[in-house]
Amino acid sequence: MRELTDFTIVPATGEGASKLAFSGPMTVSSLGRTDARLRDLSESIAEIDLSGVTRMDTVGAWTVWRLSRDHDAKITGCSESAQKLVDAISKADTNAENVRAPRLPLLRRVPAHVGEVMIGLGKGALQVLGFIGQVIQSSGTLIRHPGRFRMKALVHQMELVGVNSLAIIGLMSFLVGIVIAQQGAVQLRQFGAEIYTVNLVGRLTLRELGVLMTAIMVAGRSGSAFAAQLGTMKLTEEVDAMRTIGVSPMEALVLPRLLATMLMMPLLGFYSAFIGIIGGAFLSSITLGIPFFTFLARIQEVVPLHDVWVGITKAPVFGLIVALAGCYQGMQVKNNAEEVGTRTTAAVVMAIFTVIVLDAFFAVFFTEIGWG
Amino acid sequence: MEKAQFPIRVRGLRNVFGSHVIHDGLDLDVRKGEILGVVGGSGTGKSVLMRTIIGLQIPDAGEVDVLGDTITDAQDDSDIDIRSRWGVLFQGGALFSTLTVAENVEVPLREFYPEISDDLRHEIARYKVLLSGLPAEATSKYPSELSGGMKKRAGLARALALDPELLFLDEPTAGLDPIGAAAFDQLILQLQQTLDLTVFLITHDLDTLYEICDRVAVIADKKVIAVGTIPELLALDHPWIQEYFNGPRGRAAQDAQERHAAVKTRISADAPSQAGADEA
Repeated sequence: MRELTDFTIVPATGEGASKLAFSGPMTVSSLGRTDARLRDLSESIAEIDLSGVTRMDTVGAWTVWRLSRDHDAKITGCSESAQKLVDAISKADTNAENVRAPRLPLLRRVPAHVGEVMIGLGKGALQVLGFIGQVIQSSGTLIRHPGRFRMKALVHQMELVGVNSLAIIGLMSFLVGIVIAQQGAVQLRQFGAEIYTVNLVGRLTLRELGVLMTAIMVAGRSGSAFAAQLGTMKLTEEVDAMRTIGVSPMEALVLPRLLATMLMMPLLGFYSAFIGIIGGAFLSSITLGIPFFTFLARIQEVVPLHDVWVGITKAPVFGLIVALAGCYQGMQVKNNAEEVGTRTTAAVVMAIFTVIVLDAFFAVFFTEIGWG
Repeated sequence: MEKAQFPIRVRGLRNVFGSHVIHDGLDLDVRKGEILGVVGGSGTGKSVLMRTIIGLQIPDAGEVDVLGDTITDAQDDSDIDIRSRWGVLFQGGALFSTLTVAENVEVPLREFYPEISDDLRHEIARYKVLLSGLPAEATSKYPSELSGGMKKRAGLARALALDPELLFLDEPTAGLDPIGAAAFDQLILQLQQTLDLTVFLITHDLDTLYEICDRVAVIADKKVIAVGTIPELLALDHPWIQEYFNGPRGRAAQDAQERHAAVKTRISADAPSQAGADEA
């Protein structure tokens, strides 16, 4: 449907080169296919005739200019406006610079990339240490000047991290409680020890799963939000603006988030374990014939108190890890919007990975000190 | 015929944000081949007007015709053709931050004309960047490596990627130093004359109005209260217009314009051959 540019080549009479005559419109929408044919031209051209051209834009002018440059041809039959365009374009032609950012060949790019990643890891470890140092330093400042503490920010973050995640963490824990009770009962039934489902649900949720699942949920919900918020604030220079006003971003942004997460995690972890037990009790009362309140009463008998302490001790540490990862990654954002995304992902991965590693460490540690 | 004469026609436009009425019964005609400057106080809805004309903002009432098509009831698919006939420069340049300058310019080309070969597309991107007054090295740079002025030029290169008939500029000289702003004004004027563009230009810059605008539209009281050349506007009695053009800054810009014009005529009288060089 679109009218395309066309051209004919008038062979030269006798000696000399040929003449190329364009016809039709020479615009960005009509030149796409014709361009390939023009590039394949083998004969040399001495004259480019534009008298048949109906319309021309800069792409047409560029094509004409390129041909006349490459073939050293003269341009004829040019309308006044077309001449103006060709003149303007010829001024914008320089010896070709690369359009793309320079790119190494594959065989060198791969090792180069691996090397960059390794150096990045080393630097990243140092930066994390530096960030933790900054956090400790500004905590020290805050302890000496408690009046500067931002109570409002802390409460606001506690609401975002804690209160607003009650529903989702509750639902998740309830379902996990049901799954543990159901799967546990199936296995324990083979030994006729269904009653131990209570021990399984109670100890597992209070000691491990409550806190671990909560940490993962908080990492996904709040850790990522920290990274994205702080990252965007870095991009829009809000963080720089704070510094110039004399507000320390560490005190105003990072510490309230860290503290809020550390304070809310034990509460959320305990809440999660509690709801998990409810879930277990609910399923047991339906399928195992253990009445709901009997289940809850049994929990008090079979779960040692130190299991609760194990869970609650781990929680603030996990909270610190999640918030540190989020804030650290957020504060590292620079340059462009894509970085906000990669840093947010990195924050969640870093948080969950570290939390699971630490959890393994805690499991061994608490058994060793006799809280098995 | 009438439509061809007015690439942009706005009739009875009404825009409401919540309970805040921005435009009410706004009419505007933009003539083919002119540079129309749009002025108005902060918050009078200049940018909203532009966003409505290019279809980013759906008005509560009224009709907007662009290049003969009614934007206000266009479906996404059918107005694609129109989108290849206009270019938009946003205030901050709005370059895609993960692409280089040249790749930014190539985006519309790739989108609308996939049949264009890679070679030709690279060539087009390069000369557009140069045409916008950027050095050739800038083509492979990322937006975060550019200064504010260079970002605007790169944004202009992208706006011009498809050789549009219509160019929308949102405060092109805001945030530029006076030399950069004057150069940008000249660049717009030069491109407009070479490429035969119709330009819709939002600005606060009085120098820009005096230097390059053919007509000026004034937005106040939720509508366009006047359109005309600056002398025509000065003859009007509206308090805002008087304050705008006859305030201290307006006076300064006017004086500068007169001085500039005087120097120009003197030069052309002394040595006619040099006048062209001075302008370029």
